[in-house]
Formats: sequence, C-alpha cells, structure tokens
Amino acid sequence: MAPSLTVKVTVDGIEVEVPNGSNVLQACEAAGKEIPRFCYHERLSVAGNCRMCLVEIEKAPPKPFASCAYPVNDGMVVHTDTPMVRAARRGVMEFLLINHPLDCPICDQGGECDLQDQSVGYGGDSSRYSEDKRAVLNKDLGPLVKTVMTRCIHCTRCIRFCTEIAGVPEMGATARGESMEVGTYVQKALSSELSGNLVDICPVGALTSKPYAFVARPWELKKTDSIDVLDAVGSAIRVDTRGAEVLRILPRLNEDVNEEWLGDKSRYALDGLKRRRLDTPWVNRDGKLVRATWPEAFAAIAAKLDGMPGDRIGAIAGDLADAEAMIALKDVLASLGSANVDCRQDGAALDAHNPAFYTFNTSIAGIEEADALLIVGSNPRREAPLINARIRKRGLSGRFPVAMIGAEADLTYRVQHLGDTPDVLQTLLDGTHAFAETLAAAKRPMIIVGQGALARPDGAAILASAWALAARTGMLRPDWNGFNVLHTAAARVGGLSLGFASGKTLAQMMNGGVDLLWLLGADEFDTARIGAETFVVYQGHHGDRGAARADVILPGAAYTEKSGTYVSTEGRVQRTAQAAFPPGEAKEDWKILRAFSAMIDRPLPYDTLDGVWARLAAVNPIFHRIDMLPRFGCGDQTGPVSQGAMSAAPFEQVIHNYYMTDPISRASATMAACTEAHRPAPSVAVAAE
Amino acid sequence: MLSDQDRIFTNLYGIRDPFLAGARARGDWDGTAAILARGREAIIEEMKASGLRGRGGAGFPTGMKWSFMPKVVGDRPHYLVVNADESEPGTCKDRDILRHDPHKLVEGCLVASFAMGAQVCYIYVRGEYFNEAMALQRAIDEAYAAGLIGKNACGSGFDFDLYLHRGAGAYICGEETALIESLEGKKGMPRLKPPFPAAVGLYGCPTTVNNVETIAVAPTILRRGAAWFSALGRPKNAGTKIFCISGHVNKPCNVEEELGIPLKELIETYAGGVRGGWDNLLAVIPGGSSVPLLPKATCDTILMDFDSLREVKSGLGTAGVIVMDKTTDPIKAIARLAAFYKHESCGQCTPCREGTGWMKRVMDRMVTGRAEIAEIDVLERVTRQIEGHTICALGDAAAWPIQGLIKNFRPLMEERIAEYKSRKPMQMAAE
Repeated sequence: MAPSLTVKVTVDGIEVEVPNGSNVLQACEAAGKEIPRFCYHERLSVAGNCRMCLVEIEKAPPKPFASCAYPVNDGMVVHTDTPMVRAARRGVMEFLLINHPLDCPICDQGGECDLQDQSVGYGGDSSRYSEDKRAVLNKDLGPLVKTVMTRCIHCTRCIRFCTEIAGVPEMGATARGESMEVGTYVQKALSSELSGNLVDICPVGALTSKPYAFVARPWELKKTDSIDVLDAVGSAIRVDTRGAEVLRILPRLNEDVNEEWLGDKSRYALDGLKRRRLDTPWVNRDGKLVRATWPEAFAAIAAKLDGMPGDRIGAIAGDLADAEAMIALKDVLASLGSANVDCRQDGAALDAHNPAFYTFNTSIAGIEEADALLIVGSNPRREAPLINARIRKRGLSGRFPVAMIGAEADLTYRVQHLGDTPDVLQTLLDGTHAFAETLAAAKRPMIIVGQGALARPDGAAILASAWALAARTGMLRPDWNGFNVLHTAAARVGGLSLGFASGKTLAQMMNGGVDLLWLLGADEFDTARIGAETFVVYQGHHGDRGAARADVILPGAAYTEKSGTYVSTEGRVQRTAQAAFPPGEAKEDWKILRAFSAMIDRPLPYDTLDGVWARLAAVNPIFHRIDMLPRFGCGDQTGPVSQGAMSAAPFEQVIHNYYMTDPISRASATMAACTEAHRPAPSVAVAAE
Repeated sequence: MLSDQDRIFTNLYGIRDPFLAGARARGDWDGTAAILARGREAIIEEMKASGLRGRGGAGFPTGMKWSFMPKVVGDRPHYLVVNADESEPGTCKDRDILRHDPHKLVEGCLVASFAMGAQVCYIYVRGEYFNEAMALQRAIDEAYAAGLIGKNACGSGFDFDLYLHRGAGAYICGEETALIESLEGKKGMPRLKPPFPAAVGLYGCPTTVNNVETIAVAPTILRRGAAWFSALGRPKNAGTKIFCISGHVNKPCNVEEELGIPLKELIETYAGGVRGGWDNLLAVIPGGSSVPLLPKATCDTILMDFDSLREVKSGLGTAGVIVMDKTTDPIKAIARLAAFYKHESCGQCTPCREGTGWMKRVMDRMVTGRAEIAEIDVLERVTRQIEGHTICALGDAAAWPIQGLIKNFRPLMEERIAEYKSRKPMQMAAE
C-alpha cells in the first residue's frame, strides 16, 4: 500500500488533515492554533533549539515535545494548552530572559519583537535571576546590519539564512554553552546581496537595520504596499513613511516573486530618495541652468519645438520609467509627428515582435520546476539577487546542473563554467559540447540570457542563437517554455510592451540625430554622445547624468511617490502605490506630459489615471492583467530575426557594482557605504626582496 | 563474587601483553570466522538472548539496538560508530580497554559491524586519550596485517575497514548524535531525534553508536554463549560490568564484577574500603557525575545494577562510583559538577545553555551560604525547568546531581545559609 499523502491529526480537539511529513507545529497552525516560536522559520531548516514551541502529545512519553521538530503521524492527538505545556513554555521564556538585557525602550525591534510579544503571554512579572547578566561584544556585519549581540537568543536563524538561502556560509557560532556567540568570526561585511533579510528574520533586536537605527517606532509609520523597481524582478515591498519621508522599505510576501526576501539595494537605497532631488523646473539660460516655473519651462520647450519636423524629435525612457509616463510621452511625440522612441538605453538587441523574445518565460516560481539551466552573459547574483536565490533553492532541492557562459563569478551555487565567448554557445548549438546533451536529456531545461549577451553589437545574433538552442534542446514546448531573458531595468519590459522602441534607435538619436531629445529619467547612457546642438529635455526625479546635460529640467516623481505601472522581467504587470508626495514642485510624470500636451494645444485624450490605464490596456492587453501572470508554453518556435554573425568578443558583466545601478541608489549614502565596504582590497605592494 | 573464569577483560590491569600475541593467548580472535559464519540474524538473536544492556550509560538492550538497523543494505551504506569519547567524570573503564585489551574492541567492531551489515566502522576516541589512541591504532594495524580485518576479514569473505578518529576534547561529543556531527567535521552539537541514527546517522546513512565496553564484550559473549552471560548478574541486568571506583577509598581501582553486586561489597572487596571505615561514608555517586548521589543509608544495602539504582531515583550510568567520606563538603562537590556542566553545555538549546549557568552561579553561592533559604526552592524549580526540555540528555545530567543534593542534603544547605547570615549580619544603611 502506498503511503497516504495526508494524515489526520487532532489538535486541541480540532481534527485537521495535513500532508504526510509535516511537523506538529504545522498541524497546529492548520488547526488555527498559534504556537510560540523563535528558531523555527518556514523557509529555513529546522533547528529545534529555542524550545519555545513545546506541546504535549498523547501516547508519547509524558514530557513536552518541540513541535517544530516532531513529525506528525496518523491519529496523533496534540494538546497545545495544558498546564504542562504552559509551565514548560514559561520555563523556557524565563531562561531566554535571564540573559536578555530587557532594554526594549532603546531597542529598535521594540513593537515588532517576537520576544517582546511572547513574553506578554509567557513571561513572569518579575525575575528570579539575581546573578550577573551576560554581555557580548557586538560584531561588525557591514553598513547594513547593526548588531547588539547581548540581545541575541541564539536561535541561529541568521546562521541558517546565510548558509541556506543566501549561500554565503559566513555566519556561525563560536564557543559553546553560555559563551556561544553568533557572528562572522572574521569581522567584515557580509558578502551577500540579501543580508538585509537578517534584520527581518532575527526574532529579537540583535540584528537591526543600521541606517534605520533610532529613526522611528513601527506604530508611527504609515504602511503602503508597493512594488520595487530597482531591479527587474518586481519584488513586493511595503513602504513605511512618516509624513513626507520614506523611512523604511520591507519585503512583502509574494510566493511567485520574492517569497519573503528582498535585495539589499531595494531595501536600503531609500535614503537616495531624499538626496539630489529635482524639486523645481530648471531652464538653461545663457549656458547656465536657472530655476524656473512650470509655465516657463514648458514655454522654453514649446519655443524650441515650434516648426521642428517630427522626425527631428526623439525620446529615450530610463530604467525606472513607469508605463503611464512612457505611453503619455509616446503619445505626445506622436502628436508632434514623431515615432522616435527608445527604451533600450544599453542598446540591447531586444526583439519586440514577440513577448517571448524578451521576457522571463519560465517565471521565477517556474525555476523550481526546471531540471537543467544554462546562463548566457548574465550574473544573476548581481542583476537579480532574488532570482539567483531561487536558482539556489532549486539546486538545493535536488539534482540541477547549472552551466554558464560569461564572465566567471561566484553565484553561491555550483556552476559549470563553460567559457566566456559566444563560440561556446555555437558549440552547444552544434551539439558538440557535452553540456548540450545534459540540456537535451533534461525534461524541463531552461536558459537565461542576460543583458551582457544582448547589449553588444552582435546581440541580435546571440539572441537568435540562444533561441535556436532552446528550440533544439526541447525548451520550447506547448507545456514548457524554458527561454528566459533576464532584464536589469524595471521599465524595460513595460517599454517594449507598449511599443516604446520604434523609429530612430538610441544610437541614431545620438550625435545630432535629433534636434530635440526628451529624456524620461534616462541616465544610464553616455550623455556625451548627444550632439552638441541637440536640445535636451530631462524629465525625472534625480539630478544625475541626464539632468546635467539638460536644457530644460522637468521634476518628476520617484516610484514611491506615484502610482506607476511596471512590468517585471517575467512580464508580470504590477503597480506601485503612492506612499509620499514628490518634493517641491515635482509632479507625477504622466501629469507633466498631460499638462505639456495641453500647453502646446495637442491635449492627450485622457486626464485621469483611469484614463491612462485604459489607454495602456488599449495599446497592449497585458495591462489589463494586474498582478497576474498566466503561464504559457511555447506554441510558436519561430525565432527572432538573426542579423550578422556572433563575434569572438567575451561576454562582459553588466553590473560591476550591485549597490549603484540607478539615480536613486547612486544618491544613497548607505549604498555608497556598501560600495566602499565591498571594494576589493587593494593589492598590497610587496617589496621585491 | 565473579570467578576468574568468568572474567571477560583478563588484561584489565595491563600486566600481560596487550597486543596481538597476548590477545590471542587470552582467546581473542579465536574462531572469529566461525562466529561470522553463523550469519547476521543469528548473531543479533544471540546478543538479544544474552540480555546485554548498553554499557555507555543509558542501558538500552544492545541486541535490540542492533536489530533496528535495516535488514538489507540499500543504496546507503551502514556504519558502526564506537563511542570511545569517555568523558564522564569518575569514569575510566574504556581507557583500560583501549590501552590494555584493544583487540577485544577491534574484534568486537568486526563482529558487530558484520551483524549490522556495516563495512566501515569508526572509533571516536577522546582527544585527551593520546597514548590510548596510539595503542588502539597499533592493534588495528596488527589486525590489518594479520588479515583479521580489511579485505576478506578473518577469511570470512566479509570486507571490513576500521578507522580511528580522535576528538578534540568536548564532553558533549560523547552524546551519540553530537559525536556523529563531530565525526562529520561539524561543531559537536546533538541532533534532533527523530530521526534516530539507525535511520539517518553518519553522512545521512543508517548508523549505530555503541560504547567501547558494549562492543568489546560482544565477541566473548558470542564465543561462550548467551546462556553463560545471562546467567551472570541479576534478571534483566545480566552479565559483568567494569566498575570504576574513585574518591575516598583506600585503593581506587577499575574492576570487572557481576551486575547486582552490593555497593558495600564492591567497595570493601576491591577498593580497600572507605577511607576511615564504612561508617565514615557520607555519600556515593554510583554512575558517573550525571546521576543523583546516594546517601549512606541507601549505600548500605543498594545493589549495583540498572534497575535497582533506578528504583532509588539514581542510575547505574557508566558505573563510575565516586565515593565521598565525611570530610567532603557535598555542596561544594555538586557545585563543582555544576561548573563542569556549564562549561560543557554545547549552547544549542535554551534551557541547557541558560540554565546550566544559572545553576552554577547559585550553587557557587550555596557553597558559602550566601543565599536565601527560598533560593533552594528556586534552584530546584530551575532544575525541573531544564530536565526533559532539552534536545539531548546533558540538560538532565546537569539537573540530576543538584536534585540529588537538595533531596538528600537540604538541611545542610539551610544550615550553611543560616550560618552565613549569623556570621555576616545584614549590612544596614548608615542612617
């Protein structure tokens, strides 16, 4: 008889059916019983060391059992609230508190501390412990995580997170017994892009956010559910604000995207939202930018546009541009007779004909179903740490051969490095490389093509080759699509979806290719390439590279200050929510364009957010599908148009510094500190003899 | 009293050659191939019939433990791990086996591994036992050279490898799952059970962990028969056992005796009696530091076996008999043990990590009497909060000696506190 998939367990008289192999704690949760715990975490291995989750089990020895570490079996009867259980939990709580400093009034975890909450239920009113308390030296974990190790209750969640999820086994415990200390042993910053999550999983105030230290109490904050745009993953976040200030960004649960984690840049770049902001329009007068009013700024642009042929007007959208602003800008340019729009700042050879050519078709959650992976010209650890964590998670759950072509890098899991030039891709395509057999033998193989493979002169040829390889190795089937393009910019898929890549390309607009260039937050290309005579309008929120070259600056809103639609690398359409107001005179971007269109007597046919959304959905029906991502297999194996041949130049890293990739993170002092902390140690000059 | 013919460890005192020639003269390695030829099932049945209980402290029936291993070796190999991390205070029996009769252990490893389908066996020797490890390694090398172990061990067709591993000096590594962790190269911290090692043990494979003495007696039992062994001792407490008698006796010694021998007889016969005579006895810790002590009244009549000692709420443990005469300060003695357990707690789970330090500090004050009478009850409650709430048995082991002290010597503790108070009247504020 095959073992049954579920078992029946009775918890406090409530019968529940839970999957076989669950633990007692999960069964108790299924019955709606809250079990106090510190060390247990759904996404980490079971440690069973805090002893807080004790329950009583009938027909077992008469002692309390740690429910997180005890497997269920059929017909088990569990009691979660007996005198024995309560006494045991009180005992454990007393032990946890004897060496805890009880410094809640000066602890940043106060108000959201598991120990604080559970001591209300199980703590005593006074202490029977009159000996000296333990004090522990704090550890240096870098610029993001502040440590107050005296508060540590040794639950080892941080150790398990680093080892299992982040894949950087740098945390550990030294010494034993009461002297056990959690730390890195070597005092240096954690080399993980996910280290901020340690703050979330620490159940007490031992690991807290360094930039947020002593800033606010959780009950003072307004919480706004939103979406992260500092990479193309589209992680779910919660923006905590007090007044006009964004004080904290935390991950929200989204099993399909970020689970409950968040990359360090997305979490900590928020102080960049307060620095180098454009808060008023500026106009270039006699070679110098001077403050102006909105009508003056618009008038300056209108004067320049007067009589300009449509073909001489162009627009480039940046990496953080929302779909609303892009469609409004595209429509404004169309009304002026121009179709010259481009959202590919890096010049990547993205083929917009078929969404399958430019999205992460397998989906992030789908990675867990794959059984072989080839990475081409990408470093997912820097470009999308959460996708990298998902690949690692897949690797830990069973055999998962991963190979990469591109610059060698430590991705936190075992990777077979095949080479760094496109000819390796050719040998795979020819079937002469051994890994081609691995891919062909796999049931659900997948390929990830990064921008490092596409943002180069032979990008189109590489894209075509990668697609051909996918087709040849069975990645493109009606029930499975293993072809994935990994983007680094939150705006890219949205821009391609609404056709923000037509007419002249970015390269054709450079060197005088247009007379008026409208930069919508475009800062990631070399502005020196813009022709000297070209009139540049910069619309955006930070005084970065683009603004430095501008003739007119229109201050826009950052992603926390507007309701903007973004399409993630998966093709998932999601919206940010307005958590704060833009500073000074700055406005939401689509409203700026709507106002400008009215000023030049070519008003856009929409003037509400609902109107913009209707327009977006009319351009591409995917904008109807908010937060949903239907997965399709691949019905049509026809590949992108191949142009030219692949060169022999090696693939290069797209992101050299994870912590600074956009105007917000470049303005962030925290990210600057991270950059400094992770700068490779200068090679020490050694005397010859 | 055990007759010389029934002794298993005939070179316990190292007066004869401990190595292969001497061991063969004492009957080791005699007909080992024939024992193996009986087959796995028969060996395990014989061990079950002998009534041998584990000699490491818990007293779990050995035959039954061996039978928990999967009957057929699947895709995961089986392992036997021998626990020679003898660290229990008051215990030094394995040490004499390792240095004076190592071939008993090596032969036992072969037989036991064969019975459990394990082709590899590890002996985890306490790091401090350097010379003992050298002696054991020499015995292993001899056995390899003589074809007794290795490929086609003893000509039986069974391939068997035996490795010696030296620990780094942690009491907790004597706990079987912590020992496995340590053997795997990790920090020695006990694992959660279930799964038990017989299902998921060393490197995730079925594993049995046995004490040195348990394994070393197995070949003799199989040679002389289960009936012989089970006839020794008392019902359910069969066979002989090495007792380690230390403390306030005239001649501290290791001695092999039948289980169930009266404690008084054991001490008077072999250890030359208590210093100053039996009436000078204060208390005895009968089974290594982890078991509650026995007051003299109990010592007068108690029999030394698993079940008798359990009845008086103590335990046989490792049979490390620690004798304390009336010059002993029992509070100070137990405070020393509390310090030991605080030092050796691995720090993994809360009650033991925090509780051992708490107990140690209170015990330190109890020694001088710098405490309140009510704190004795607090201390008692703390031991109850630790006992049974931890991952491994170290928490229990730390709690029991203090419980034994409070149970038997509470008046002394109260007297000490009262004395301190009278000596040092409470400091009053100036005003």
